[in-house]
Amino acid sequence: MSILIDRTSRVVTQGITGKTGQFHTRMCFEYAAGRDCFVAGVTPGKGGQSVENIPIFDSVIEARDKKGCNVSVIYVPPRFAAAAIDEAVDAELDLVICITEGIPVRDMVSTRRRMVGKKTILVGPNCPGVITPDVLKIGIMPGYIHRQGSIGVVSRSGTLTYEVVDQLTKLGLGQSTCVGIGGDPINGLKHRDVMAHFNEDPATEAVVMCGEIGGTDEEDCAKWIEQHMSKPVVAFIAGVTAPAGKRMGHAGAIIAGGKGAASEKIAALKAAGVHVTQNPAEIGALTKQVLG
Amino acid sequence: MKLHEYQAKKILRAHQIPVPEGNPCFSVEEAVAAAKALEGNRWVVKAQIHAGGRGNGGGVRVASSIEEVRSHASAILGMNLITHQTGPTGKVVERLLIERGVEIADELYIGLVVDRGSQRVVLMASSEGGVDIESVAIQDPGKIRTLQIDPKEGMSADAARAVVAEIGLPESVHDDVVKLLSNLYDVFLTCDATLVEVNPLVVTRDGNIVAVDAKINLDDSAMYRHPELAELRDLSEEDPNEIAATQAGLNYISLEGNIGCLVNGAGLAMATMDIIKLHGGEPANFLDVGGGATTEQVSAAFRIMLKHSSVRVILVNIFGGIMRCDVIAAGIVEAAKQVDIRLPLVIRLEGTNVEKGRQILADSKISFLPATTMDDAAQKAVAAARK
Repeated sequence: MSILIDRTSRVVTQGITGKTGQFHTRMCFEYAAGRDCFVAGVTPGKGGQSVENIPIFDSVIEARDKKGCNVSVIYVPPRFAAAAIDEAVDAELDLVICITEGIPVRDMVSTRRRMVGKKTILVGPNCPGVITPDVLKIGIMPGYIHRQGSIGVVSRSGTLTYEVVDQLTKLGLGQSTCVGIGGDPINGLKHRDVMAHFNEDPATEAVVMCGEIGGTDEEDCAKWIEQHMSKPVVAFIAGVTAPAGKRMGHAGAIIAGGKGAASEKIAALKAAGVHVTQNPAEIGALTKQVLG
Repeated sequence: MKLHEYQAKKILRAHQIPVPEGNPCFSVEEAVAAAKALEGNRWVVKAQIHAGGRGNGGGVRVASSIEEVRSHASAILGMNLITHQTGPTGKVVERLLIERGVEIADELYIGLVVDRGSQRVVLMASSEGGVDIESVAIQDPGKIRTLQIDPKEGMSADAARAVVAEIGLPESVHDDVVKLLSNLYDVFLTCDATLVEVNPLVVTRDGNIVAVDAKINLDDSAMYRHPELAELRDLSEEDPNEIAATQAGLNYISLEGNIGCLVNGAGLAMATMDIIKLHGGEPANFLDVGGGATTEQVSAAFRIMLKHSSVRVILVNIFGGIMRCDVIAAGIVEAAKQVDIRLPLVIRLEGTNVEKGRQILADSKISFLPATTMDDAAQKAVAAARK
């Protein structure tokens, strides 16, 4: 078991003919059950061609109708990426994972508004993607550091997540699913939403959450955990040393308007019974200790 | 990207939002000429820097004669203005705005921001204008009214009117303020702003409304749509190292400490700063070289860190994912050869092909301290910085 993706997922890559889309689709295709799951690509005007024997269609609807796609992954350049999400939502896919970084905020505000009342779930943008180890990888994370297991991982960053997964794997703790929700201020699934999925997933025994400065997603998640979570949660919040008013790389990682400091997030999570470490090198060890 | 007050006001004026008459000036003589051209008997001399709180730092002064304009302009131009937003080093004032004085009856706060929670643009309005809105939010949050704006429907005039009534404005100005709010939302959308703030919006003694201060922040990701706004960027307001970093495709922020950090990925870069602090050290910077970490980027990163005079040691922390550690190690070796580092260098590599990467570093002529975990790397860097 897993959350969001499994071996029945049928994936279309939007932006498959670009350098990034092509490279990562090949890496995902070669990972575990990827060759059964990656069944289509979309690049308008290039329908009828193929990449790595994966057929290309002109539209997501066509890919859905001809190949049964229910999940999309987006590598389209930032200025066209919000429209690509819109297209996947209009095609009523179950899940859209947007890897693209640098989408204008105004575009994302409109896209999120269009998604109200629609069935499609969005992960990202500006995220590494989603992986269910030894089953299916959709995104840009290095597959080999992951092992199948029972720890759910949710994070706003890329390489920090790899660091955490690597620690877990080396301690013999495999992962059920790892979800990168992305570093942008306007995005799809939040920590709280992913936490709810993990809570329902019988294969997940505990969750590791990596938050960072900016916004109040971690505080919202803490409230949710306090009321609903039945499994242990381990957390690390990056940016204790970050100064206010400076954007730390991610568009969403900024302490502004008196909100978003790491100390408040840590306090909220601790109050909700979450096991918080301030040492990013000890996330794996703490998880092992919590599981006993 | 941030705009200066005078640049923001020019945009507001173009959207039919009333602002005081005035002009930007770059010298005392220009300031005097601008004041004379405005006529009247009361002027405001305002420092133009990208930071709030200018008034408290002596950067905003009222003059009631041309001679006073001259003396204020002389005092402010070239001064090192320190406010709660400039940091302890302050900012040197190079530009002024000379405006006609306004007779203030009432001051309000109006702001438009992107709200992450509701994923919408939110209007904030308060009767407490002319002060720091963040302190109002903490001390008296009930005095701030908010309105989420549906991107599909736009700002509803009825909802805006309700907000205007709630912040206690006299009915005589309701129509004008509702119109102003709608125009301000237009500014927000057409400029791809992330923040538009009028603080204060003034009701004058003769019953008019005027935007006496204005602040606009723009979305960097959308600047490709606005070449005319991109030209308004004032590079003298930015850290030269941060500008150099942006040009090299790096994310870099100067900090106060003495341990330079070179990391791939923003989250891991923040975590590296945090673990340095945890072990008793202070990071000199945030630096994200991106997922690729090419030789060019790494050598540019070394050069930028070495310009920071307080740096005593450099800590490299790379998690090689798709980009393999052996490729990254070769890049670090090459960059270290190109840049004469002469400081202790702690390198921690992890991830794909890490053994090969470590071997390349060990076989190279560069002198460095190898580290295995993040803990190990941070401890070695902190120890080296203390020597």
